[in-house]
This record gives sequence, C-alpha cells and structure tokens, in this order.
Amino acid sequence: MVGMLSSVQTEATKRKIRILVAKPGLDGHDRGALILARAFRDAGMEVIYTGLLPTPEDVAQMAIDEDVDVVAMSLLNGAHMTAFPRVAQILKKKGAGDILLVGGGIIPEEDKRMLEKEGITGNFGPGTQLKTIIDHIVKRVRKERWKLK
Amino acid sequence: MRMFSGFGTPEDTNKRLKYLLDQGETGLSIAFDMPTLYGYDCDHPRAQGEVGRCGVNVSSLKDMETIFDGIPLDKVSTSMTINAPAAVLTCMYMAVGDKQSVKMRNLRGTVQTDILKEYIAQKEWAYPPEAHLRIIRDLMVYSAKHMPNWNYISISGYHIREAGANAVQELAFTLADGFAYVELGIGAGLKVDQFAPRLSFFFNCTMDFFEEIAKFRAARRIWATVMKEKYHARDPRSLWLRFHAQTSGASLTWQQPMNNIVRTTIEALAAVLGGTQSLHTNSFDEAWALPTEKAVMVALRTQQIIAEETGVADVTDPLGGSYFLERLTDEIEERAYRYIDKIDSLGGVLEAIRAGYLQREIAENAYRDQQKLEKGEHVMVGANKHIIDEEPPIETLKVNPQVQARQTERLQRLKRERNNLKVQATLKTLKSAFKNPRVNSIYPLLSAVRAYSTLGEIMDVGREVFGEWREPNLL
Repeated sequence: MVGMLSSVQTEATKRKIRILVAKPGLDGHDRGALILARAFRDAGMEVIYTGLLPTPEDVAQMAIDEDVDVVAMSLLNGAHMTAFPRVAQILKKKGAGDILLVGGGIIPEEDKRMLEKEGITGNFGPGTQLKTIIDHIVKRVRKERWKLK
Repeated sequence: MRMFSGFGTPEDTNKRLKYLLDQGETGLSIAFDMPTLYGYDCDHPRAQGEVGRCGVNVSSLKDMETIFDGIPLDKVSTSMTINAPAAVLTCMYMAVGDKQSVKMRNLRGTVQTDILKEYIAQKEWAYPPEAHLRIIRDLMVYSAKHMPNWNYISISGYHIREAGANAVQELAFTLADGFAYVELGIGAGLKVDQFAPRLSFFFNCTMDFFEEIAKFRAARRIWATVMKEKYHARDPRSLWLRFHAQTSGASLTWQQPMNNIVRTTIEALAAVLGGTQSLHTNSFDEAWALPTEKAVMVALRTQQIIAEETGVADVTDPLGGSYFLERLTDEIEERAYRYIDKIDSLGGVLEAIRAGYLQREIAENAYRDQQKLEKGEHVMVGANKHIIDEEPPIETLKVNPQVQARQTERLQRLKRERNNLKVQATLKTLKSAFKNPRVNSIYPLLSAVRAYSTLGEIMDVGREVFGEWREPNLL
C-alpha cells in the first residue's frame, strides 16, 4: 500500500498536466490566450490550442480527443454565459464530465457565481497575474484529477 | 472630428446619426456588431447573443437603407469599420446612394477593408487570405474607375499593436501590408499613381513618447522611399503617407481610471507631434466598458485643448533636427527595414501569414511584455506600482435581448417579401464570378445586394467557393 502510494506520487511529479487553451465563439481577441499558452508551456504543461472560432461542440470534442486534464477557456466578447456552460454540458453528455474547466474574460461577479455552479472556476479578469492562474489550475488538477493532497 | 457610433438596431443607429448631424457633424463613422463583421446573418446560430452588442447589425440592404434613412449621402462622408465583408457593405452603400439618386462618383467615405492585418492581429476573417485579396483587388479596380472619392482601404497597424506587437513590429508589418496592396493593384493592371494616392494608414499611439513620434517619422520615410524607388511612383501624393492615429486601449488601466485621461493626453500629443492627419482619443473608462457620454466629452476636449490652446499643431515636424529624435528615427527605420526584408525573404506577407511567422512574433512579444509587467520592469501606475486598495468595477453593459428578435423578425419578413427567384439568380451569377478570377466580382456583388440577398447568403457563396481559413499553429 505504501509502495503503491509512492509510485503514484512519482508518476504524478513526472506526469505533465495536459491543457487545452480554447477560444469558443466569434471572438478574435487571442492576445491573452496566446500569452497563457506560452505561460502554461513554460510552467511545464503540455499545451494544445484550439485556434480561433471553434464552436463549443468543437472545443468539447478536442478536449476528449486530446485526452486533456483541463480546458482553459478565454472569451472577451461577453458571450461567456452561453459558450462556457455549453462546453460543460456537452462534456457531461459525452461522459467526459471529469475534464476540468476554467474560464477567463470580462466576467461580472454575478456571472462568476453561475459559472461556478456549472463547474467552471477561476473566471479571471484582465490584469490577473499569470502565476495566480497557473496555481489555480495546478491545484485543481492535483486534487481532482490526480487525487493528491 | 468623427465620433464612432453604431449600436442595436438600424433604427437606433439612424437616430444617433441624425442627432450627430444636427450637432454639426458631417463625418459619420459606423461600428458593426460581431455577426456583421464575420459575415453572418442575425439569425445564424453563431450570432446567438451577439446581435447589436458592439455595433449595429446589418443583415441586408434593408438595414443599410434604414441606417441612412433621411441622410443625403452626397452631403456626408461615411467611415465604415469593417473588413472581411467590406466589399458587400460598400455595395450596400452604393445601392443606398443610388436610391437617393446620388452619383457614385459623389460618394465619399472610407471602408477599412484591410484583411491582411486581420490574419496578423484582429482575426476577423471569412475566407482564406488569397480569396479576400482577390475581392479587394476587384474593389480597387472598381473604385479607381467609378468612385474617385472613396477610400476603399485603410491599412491598419492599430490592431497589430494592440495584439501585443512593439513599435517596430507595428510599423514594419503595416508597411509590408501596404506594399502588398500596392502590388495587388499593379498586378491588376492599374498604374501605381492611379490608386496609391487613395491609400491611407491607421496607427496606434501609445505611451513611449519619443519612440512613437520617431515611429511616425520613420513610417513616412520608408513609405516615400519604397514607393519611389521600388514601385516608381511619380505623383507626390503617392509618396505621402497620410494617417489616422488612435490612442492605445491597451495602455489604459481599470485601476484609478482618471489616470487614463493623463495617458490619453500624452499619447495624443505624441500623435500630433508625429504628424497625424486625424486622431481618435480613447475615453478614460474604456478599460472596462463602452464609454459614457461624459467620458467621451473629456476625450474630445483633450483633442480640442491640444489643437486650440497649445499651438503644437501649427508647426510641421517640430522635433525634426533634435539629435535624440533623429537618431531614434534612424534606428527604428533600420529595424523596420530588417523586418520588411525578413518578410520578403519568406516570400512576402501572405507567405509569412501562412507560416504563422507574423502572428508568432507578436505573441512572443506580448508574452515578454507580460513578464516585464509582472516583474515590475515595465511600470503601469496604479496597476503594478503606486497601487491603492480598490475593487474592480462591475461591468454594467447589458445587451437588449430584443435586438436579436427584432432583427430576426425583420429578416424573415424580408425573405418572404423579396423576389426569391431573383435572389437565387444573382447568387448563382456571383458564384460563377467567384470561381473565375478574371471576372470583377463587384458587379455581381452589387446585383446580389440590390436584389436583397442577405449578407450571410452572399458571404456563404464565398465560403462555398473559397472554403474557410484555419490558422497555422501559433504556439
């Protein structure tokens, strides 16, 4: 039992977080998404980027196909309340509800509460430090995906 | 002085334009919503939640007729900030003019049309680049023939800078785009002096005061030199680099927002000292929302104070001859040429876009800037230095959900009432024109618009013929 736990831990320290950076919807503002993709990569994650203009269906399918731990969604056009929950719903329907979802954009407080109910956390606004976002993701993946403390 | 406006339904925008005209404005400037900018009708699934949000929705000629109802097009000049569907909107404008019996040669205005910077920075496209360029070529030829007062393109560095480029990248990539359009015109059989005087530019002006002034000076030098030596332009107007400048949105902070008035003032001053022909000043509250009227007023007054109280606009190139500025101009010029040469060595702008080179250069610079900001090497007062305890503002802008319903209902009525056989016929002609690059597509576009084919129907013909664009990998 002790041996098994330590082997899980060794695997976890070696294991890299696989993350999909996603920009669902009619929104070409990719400056933040591309900065984050680079920051995630430099933090040791395996990064996949959806490119622009995928539908929520495309994003969910890519997350499943790429077998990621987490999807980081960025939207600055104000359509986060339709696009983000839609990705969550499709993932659940396809039996991939265990893929973690985090969000970012210009998101009012009241929207944040509703998004969190759908399992979309973070919901970081402009000016958030990269470290804050990375820490949030690492913490969630370790706890919810890898079941580590 | 032009105020950028456009929101909600075409009726809302018509009312706002008439108000501005009553206030003495003669230059109108229209902002469109995202579905229009991408070329989708208001009832398209991708338009969900977007209709009328950040500009007016135009799904057909009917909407343009409503926007300009009671506004004589021979008395105003109109600027339309739109790119991928620029040719369609231009045709709509021509059709409205025609209904008012205004001659095409008397239509005055500007459409942005600059698709190259869309692939590089703003990322609002419909088709692959070569398809859009072909339509722009058609628009250039058509305008040169029929619309002498129409500025069919505004070559834009603004968005390149806001996407994270530095001053040299903004300058080099924008000028490289400009040269690509010159080659497009020459390739279409036009003489360079026939169309080059109508080309104009749109630059960013941000906080590094002297660097920005030097950037504008270097821009004029490079443009004039290359136009003369490489493209053999003779008309002095072909050598002029005329430009509009806008202060930088990315330089503003949501923290301590009144500080943004100071930033905008400094940026505006740099643009004027750098020789801008026209200027837009941002409002102090734009870091979190569309501006209030009070904030817009301060932005406008900023320009008026510079223009009417300081005297700085009375002199041409007042900093010319300053040792520091001349050296900085030389240095920026040289670095920009190096980038332009690099782009040439990759096979030109189009190839550089296809390879993802320009986009990655910008993304890398944006990432470096972000790291500098977080380490405090780059200071933004109120954001990473001299911070006070304050809560982020709560955004209050809400879309009126009725706009989409009203626009959709109008669109459905149009589709019932128009001559659908005629629509189908014009779309078919357009399709064969798109397939044959020797045909000028503006003529069939205009027929399709006049038959009340919708924006989405017209753009879909292109999507069918040209396919869609997938960006290269930018990581």
